[in-house]
Amino acid sequence: MTTQIFGSPITRQEDQRFLTGKGTYVDDIDLPDMLHAAILRSPYAHARINSIDVSQAIELDGVEAVLTYKDLGVAAGPLPLLIPHPALTHPHTQYALAKDTVRYVGEAVAMVVASDRYVAEDAIALIEVDYEPLPVISPADLTDAVAPDTALIYADTPNNIAAHLVQQVGDVDAAFASATHIFHRRVQLDRSSSQPLETRGIVARFDTFEQSLMVWDSTQGPISIRNGLAVLFGLPAEKVRVTSPDVGGGFGGKMMLFYPEEVLVPLMAMRLGRPVKWIEDRLEHMVGSNHERGQVHDISIALDADGCILGLRDIFVHDTGAYCPYGIIVPQITACQLPGPYKLPAYYSDATVAYTNRTPVSPYRGAGRPHGVFAMERILDYAADQLGMDRAEIRFRNMIQPDEFPYDVGLTFQDGLPTRYDSGNYPAGLQRALELIGYERFREEQRQARTQGRYLGIGIGCYVEGTGIGPYEGAYISVDNHGEVHVATGVTTQGQGHQTSFAQIVAAELDIPVEKVHITTGDTQRFRWGIGTFASRAMVVAGNAIGQAAIAVKEKALKVASSILEVAPEDLELIEGRVRVKGAPARGLSLAALSIASNPIRYAYGASAPDLPAVLPAREGPPLPQGEEPGLEATRFFSPPHATFASGVHAAIIEIDIQTGIVKVRKYAVLHDCGKLVNPLIVEGQIYGGVAQGIAGSFYEHMDYDDNGQLLDASFMDFLMPYATEIPHMEVDHIETPSPINPLGVKGAGEAGCIPVAALMAAAVEDALAPFGAKVDHMPLTPDEIRKLAQSQ
Amino acid sequence: MRENNPQEKRLIQLRVNGVRYKQEVETRWLLSDFLRHKLHLTGTHVGCEHGVCGACTIIVNGAPVRSCLMFAVQADGTEILTVEGLAGPDGALHPLQQALHDHHGLQCGFCTPGFLMAIYAFLQDDPDPNMSDDEIREAISGNLCRCTGYQGIVAAVRHVLAQRAAASTQAEASTVVGGESA
Amino acid sequence: MKPPRFAYHDPTTRSEALALLDTYEDEAKLLAGGQSLVPLLNMRLAQPAHLVDINRLPDLADIREEDGYLAIGALTRHRDIERSPLVRRCSPLLAQAVLFVGHAPIRSRGTMGGSLAHADPAAELPTVLQALGGHVCVESRAGSRNIPAEAFFTGPLQTSLTSKELLVEARFPIAPPRTGTAFIEVSRRHGDFALVGLAAQLSLRENGTISAAHLALMGVAETPIRVQQAEAMLLDQHPAEELFNAVAQQVCSDLDPADDLHASAEYRRRVAGVLIGRALQTAAVQTSEVRYA
Repeated sequence: MTTQIFGSPITRQEDQRFLTGKGTYVDDIDLPDMLHAAILRSPYAHARINSIDVSQAIELDGVEAVLTYKDLGVAAGPLPLLIPHPALTHPHTQYALAKDTVRYVGEAVAMVVASDRYVAEDAIALIEVDYEPLPVISPADLTDAVAPDTALIYADTPNNIAAHLVQQVGDVDAAFASATHIFHRRVQLDRSSSQPLETRGIVARFDTFEQSLMVWDSTQGPISIRNGLAVLFGLPAEKVRVTSPDVGGGFGGKMMLFYPEEVLVPLMAMRLGRPVKWIEDRLEHMVGSNHERGQVHDISIALDADGCILGLRDIFVHDTGAYCPYGIIVPQITACQLPGPYKLPAYYSDATVAYTNRTPVSPYRGAGRPHGVFAMERILDYAADQLGMDRAEIRFRNMIQPDEFPYDVGLTFQDGLPTRYDSGNYPAGLQRALELIGYERFREEQRQARTQGRYLGIGIGCYVEGTGIGPYEGAYISVDNHGEVHVATGVTTQGQGHQTSFAQIVAAELDIPVEKVHITTGDTQRFRWGIGTFASRAMVVAGNAIGQAAIAVKEKALKVASSILEVAPEDLELIEGRVRVKGAPARGLSLAALSIASNPIRYAYGASAPDLPAVLPAREGPPLPQGEEPGLEATRFFSPPHATFASGVHAAIIEIDIQTGIVKVRKYAVLHDCGKLVNPLIVEGQIYGGVAQGIAGSFYEHMDYDDNGQLLDASFMDFLMPYATEIPHMEVDHIETPSPINPLGVKGAGEAGCIPVAALMAAAVEDALAPFGAKVDHMPLTPDEIRKLAQSQ
Repeated sequence: MRENNPQEKRLIQLRVNGVRYKQEVETRWLLSDFLRHKLHLTGTHVGCEHGVCGACTIIVNGAPVRSCLMFAVQADGTEILTVEGLAGPDGALHPLQQALHDHHGLQCGFCTPGFLMAIYAFLQDDPDPNMSDDEIREAISGNLCRCTGYQGIVAAVRHVLAQRAAASTQAEASTVVGGESA
Repeated sequence: MKPPRFAYHDPTTRSEALALLDTYEDEAKLLAGGQSLVPLLNMRLAQPAHLVDINRLPDLADIREEDGYLAIGALTRHRDIERSPLVRRCSPLLAQAVLFVGHAPIRSRGTMGGSLAHADPAAELPTVLQALGGHVCVESRAGSRNIPAEAFFTGPLQTSLTSKELLVEARFPIAPPRTGTAFIEVSRRHGDFALVGLAAQLSLRENGTISAAHLALMGVAETPIRVQQAEAMLLDQHPAEELFNAVAQQVCSDLDPADDLHASAEYRRRVAGVLIGRALQTAAVQTSEVRYA
């Protein structure tokens, strides 16, 4: 047996091309005759468009076309609404180019296609738009957006409320009536966004000879894009191919159907009969790619005399921006994930989804969980402080115990299915995290530091994360006649190392070196069923489809071998890529030979053909039996019954310079449970990246909108992403509570790193500045705000 | 060609990764765009075009530079090294590339070329191999990564520093063993 | 984000450059290191009709000692200033400050002249020039003149340079023996422009009293400001914590910074006071250290 490949922290197969500058990202694609697009974006947050004059722009040499709404033709309808919901009573999506009203700074108004991007931008500057400004909804207090007397963004949408979603479990009123302690807190998280290093981009080419459309799109979900474009342009799906090439990070913001440009670029490629490329620049990305994180919560908790939760009431407002293309997924996730690892006998969640004149909102890593965790962890910390209880203790007291699974939270998750925790060990996780951070001895360290005028603080954050939602994903595996194994799946890759981790699953099953397994993700020509990579689902759903397909290939290999060697399949084993007779290992056939043999044409060809007997045993019946297919290959799908729930606990020790408000993270520990680990190196990499984004969202990143809906920090100069100097070293340890609802026992890990960070950083700041009575209800914090906290009494 | 939008062109000559190029380029074209779209060296990436993210970092005349903040015409007569020039002619990875691989210092790969060139430049100055992690982080600040949380990158640099320290100790030892003073 | 069109000029002699400035005046922008200008061009926030690239001008990049000054040519790259033993010896304050300028790749191209002429209120090199009471030498077709720091920086991103003038050199008074320096910045990320920062230099007599004090703040006003009142308080005194605290308090109350996205006026005022105390303490300690060439 080869060394255990499943679960092994092997280095990545895909690194070579990235290290040597040979990756193919969408802007690397250079096609003959290619044109370049640029977008004119609204400088107003809310305005009527009275007229657009493109006459000067179109005259500019090098300009091939200038498009406004009236030129959209088949693309003139509103862009799709993803994931409708009964509570989403007033959905609105935008048009590919603004029809008569713009509702956020950055909304696409016109498009230029020209010989190069420089000229395209020259032309953009020549387009004259007559805007008539309208009242702007961009309040500092989000609840003002839905206040009774606020101006309306949409005439048909009272109070700018897109949706009102109420969910409840148990009898919350009774819980509060019988409580010994009731505490309330108002907490807020502010807007940020995914900000991958690679901005969005798309290249489209229409082949008039083939009548087929080829699109390279840095999207997380090419299959949906392909299906959508086929319908939109009236093309057979088989004639539309969408591929995600190498993608430089996604983090949620590249998962849409559609961003305007994803319609406009193919449209123009088809109209002009030339390839068209559009690459988003960073300034566009700041306003033209979706945001997330803005919510304000009023959370109340009812406790008994021992600090055990009797009930929880959470009323919150979610900022969805000017449109809601992604339905109400984010607030739904917030509502369902807020309870976390705690037992809530009664829970009332009331979400109001508010329109604002700001960039639309769709999931950004965490997708609503950071908000829910922030509210829950903050109220628990507050309750603990008020009760004079240790903050870790109140968590232990309220945790779901390891013998209480499956645990039904009683709510409907984003997939429309029950929020039912399948497995986990929350107390053990918390215990381990406390050990890693040195919780026991910290109080003494803190006390000593204070005598030296240094302010250290500790924070912990616990979360449960629903991962691996359906509806399904699939995989196709085939063994070629060199023994190389080719795998295609519909999910995509933006750095998650699928080329390695997916290969490990196959390599483990077929007992072959991982180098012989070649993974293709995100190409509709290679695999055309599925949804995409988001919501921490790729490993669970696609990974299991791949696992099932690999098992099917193995079974077929045994079957074909059985027929040739005339030995029952039970007496055969697949060892080191060869099917051989148990107890007589000299008798066997390689997977390559079996691949050849599985295609019963009269001529066997391929390097391994000589391994096959010169004359195959004669058999009764058709060479290709009924119900069988040629080739050593299989296609399988995996559809999970519901989400599988990962969990974790993070803890950090920070130091605050109270005179400057500057925070230094001295120690950071993660305890993580994502069930079985396919590749610990890759999982840890995902965690580190998530934590970094969480720290960014605690002290740096912040979409700063003014009352006019202008984004004040609209570049990397002012929108601060942390460098290596702002991120600490992180210690990670794992607990594995396998998922009982998928064969591999895995749970998702992509988003985990960022989920509890804002909560625990708020806690740590409070703890460090406890001598000043500091309370933190709002993240991110600036040094100015932290310094002020150290002044209060 | 462009009558009402004339683009002035200049002929420039430069060496990139040891290869001599002679090309016309419009005077406002950024060096990053020239490398990527005229020389088809797409390894250098563009992340922000205002000098903050570092994805476009290359080496010009021995010094690290943001190629998005230079015009191609300014590179006339220069020696440039990009990520495509790091590996050996036989494809053998540079120790820095190998270290990033070994320590999982990359995920989506978009920031990687910029980091490689920035770190390459930093190593040229013969930094103290015993520098602290904080000092390593300072040395690599100036390049953004959104995927890795920097952990693997710091580990890779730590490794390369240790390698260089070991190599120089070995070199010293062998000179001493040789019996002659160096 | 691609630059708008401009007429590109790359003069190879100083007189050519000056002639271009003379002709085009404020229709022209000078391109030196480009680390401040090119982002503005890429964002199309600057749209000059003419771009005068002075990188080919000879004799504009040097570092030398002259008449008690450290003279640094306008085209001298920050990177070369960083590595210069002469700078370390003659102006330890400048040697410290230059390390805070952005990150290494920015320093490879950025120049002394560019930094001074760009005059960002939170920039390091203008602050050092201001602190030390240095001056710049500028030339035009009409002739040349020297402009002392306090007259040079007139507002945020504004200097007293006319559009016909080219900054050719900056001069920093050479530090006397028994000098200690401190350059401190508070910024949100490593390498960012400072929220508040300061440059401090103290020189002592043999009897231990302060013979010269230089103090300038950045990020608290529309230009880097030299805090002469504070310097006066320090002169002839023995370095002491109480003295430094008194100076800090005085300075604090005199400041009138502005609010912005990253920090309030109050923050800047208060933190300026904190930094002064810390900087003076550091500088004082350093005065006893010997400096080598």
